[in-house]
Amino acid sequence: MHFNAEEQAMLAGHRGPAVREALEYQIHVGEFFGAERFVPIANAHMMGDIEVMGDGGLAFLRAALEKRARCTVPITTNARCVDFEFAAQLGQDPNEVEKERQLIGLLRDMNILTTDTCINYQTLYQPHVGEHVAWGDTGTVIYANSVFGARSNFESGPAAFAAAITGRTPEYGFHLDSHRRGTFVVRVEADLADLADWGALGKIIGESHQNYYAVPVFVGVSRSPSADELKHLGCALASYGSMGMFHMVGVTPEAPTLAAALGGNTPSDEEITVTATDIERVYAGYDLKDGNGRLVVFSGPQLSLFEIKQLAELFAGRKIHPDTSVFVTTSNGVKSAARALGYAQTLEQAGAKILEGVCFYILQNLSQMRTANGWTNMVSNSAKIVNIIGAHKFNTILRRTRECVDVACAGRIESGRAE
Amino acid sequence: MNEPIAVIRVARAFGPTVEGEAVVSREGFSPRYDLDRWSGVITKPGHRLEGVSLRDKICFFPTAKGGIAAGWAFYDIKHKGIAPKALLFGVTNPVMVQGAVFANLTITEGWDRDPEECVRTGDWVRVDTQRKVIEVLRRPRSGA
Repeated sequence: MHFNAEEQAMLAGHRGPAVREALEYQIHVGEFFGAERFVPIANAHMMGDIEVMGDGGLAFLRAALEKRARCTVPITTNARCVDFEFAAQLGQDPNEVEKERQLIGLLRDMNILTTDTCINYQTLYQPHVGEHVAWGDTGTVIYANSVFGARSNFESGPAAFAAAITGRTPEYGFHLDSHRRGTFVVRVEADLADLADWGALGKIIGESHQNYYAVPVFVGVSRSPSADELKHLGCALASYGSMGMFHMVGVTPEAPTLAAALGGNTPSDEEITVTATDIERVYAGYDLKDGNGRLVVFSGPQLSLFEIKQLAELFAGRKIHPDTSVFVTTSNGVKSAARALGYAQTLEQAGAKILEGVCFYILQNLSQMRTANGWTNMVSNSAKIVNIIGAHKFNTILRRTRECVDVACAGRIESGRAE
Repeated sequence: MNEPIAVIRVARAFGPTVEGEAVVSREGFSPRYDLDRWSGVITKPGHRLEGVSLRDKICFFPTAKGGIAAGWAFYDIKHKGIAPKALLFGVTNPVMVQGAVFANLTITEGWDRDPEECVRTGDWVRVDTQRKVIEVLRRPRSGA
């Protein structure tokens, strides 16, 4: 890699050991991918909580602070594993909860904004076309690349942290034009009415093209999708396919036309068509087991204010079955607004729990929680969480939003059509 | 020294040169979705390596699975003393590389021949990251 004068000074230790070590780490990663240089970033977003980091990660952060590590570009944090208000009620381990408190303190001491949200792109920071950022989780990255036309790779916790310390990231992957061109074409003939339908589309395309550098180009979408719809599509593509970018002709900024989206690439496959029947087949593909409907989750990604409003309307005047738990996760900002507007109260009156700053799938002690509550099936309108929570041994079922609400109130999920 | 039984050239490599016992998987890998991070054993129901410990092993995986959270996982399992010695991927993603580099764990991507053809679980293997080669050095007699 080539280094400018500033980077050479960092490597010489002129800005202290924390900066030198962060840059050395980034150089190893950059060299692995054949990066030739660094690009400056304006914003970073990192995942860091005790569930994902463990004691080793916590010790690393302590050591970094002792070396006076300090982030020099704005950096926010992703959803974490504890909502302190609910920790005792959920039976979370007090020792781990205490470590989470310490961890948050360390991050703040290093100039990190502990915002604890995976929808930073909806609530906190919207980069412009061509802007380089260092973001994780995967849902934030695919949204940045695809919808904003910004440039980011999947940056895991240590990588985003290092980028915020040095103010740069190695130029490989989606920072380069060559990886941003569409590689195959998907014709959408289905009418995608519910958020879960967009997730189902992402599952169909992601599962069949598991490759970080596969970039689907969607054509034929019949109307202008909302930010939440694009969010659910992107999260599913990233989750099932490990993808970091998509184009949608006439919708996303680098796809004014199909030719522009492909950028000279010849599509790797024949055009794929996704019909309403394909979407229905996704819903029909889940094993309902004994019909247990004791757990319904709206999470992964956190909900926007618009999603919360819709849920409040669906739950208004209804009661969740006494044996069923319903969890909604969102950011502090969205929950505060939902409280001010009365949506939070409506959901709580129905019996839902609204957790802030967390994602359901990384909750500390989730496996133990599952056993203690007798949860077997997990029903959700998020295709992403249905995919990623398997290691905790849930049987997961994707359903449209309205049907999730019906399952929650009935306490059962019945076989038959998804609608 | 005897000639290696087989040699695989890799496209990209990081980390110390290591030797150890091979575990060859036909299925992709995520340290969060598939691995129990307290025992080092693959516990995901239905994974082709379910029940297999990766501790100190040289692991061959065709693909990487999983999201951003995997980036801390290698450091975590190394801290617990249950990490594999090397992760050798056909195709990987940045999170695996960032995570392995952070933990100073040997990682490679891309191979010029399919390990399914020339490496068996239980073989003694060396990963030379400088020369970017994987060498199969010994095969247990029972498997010969």
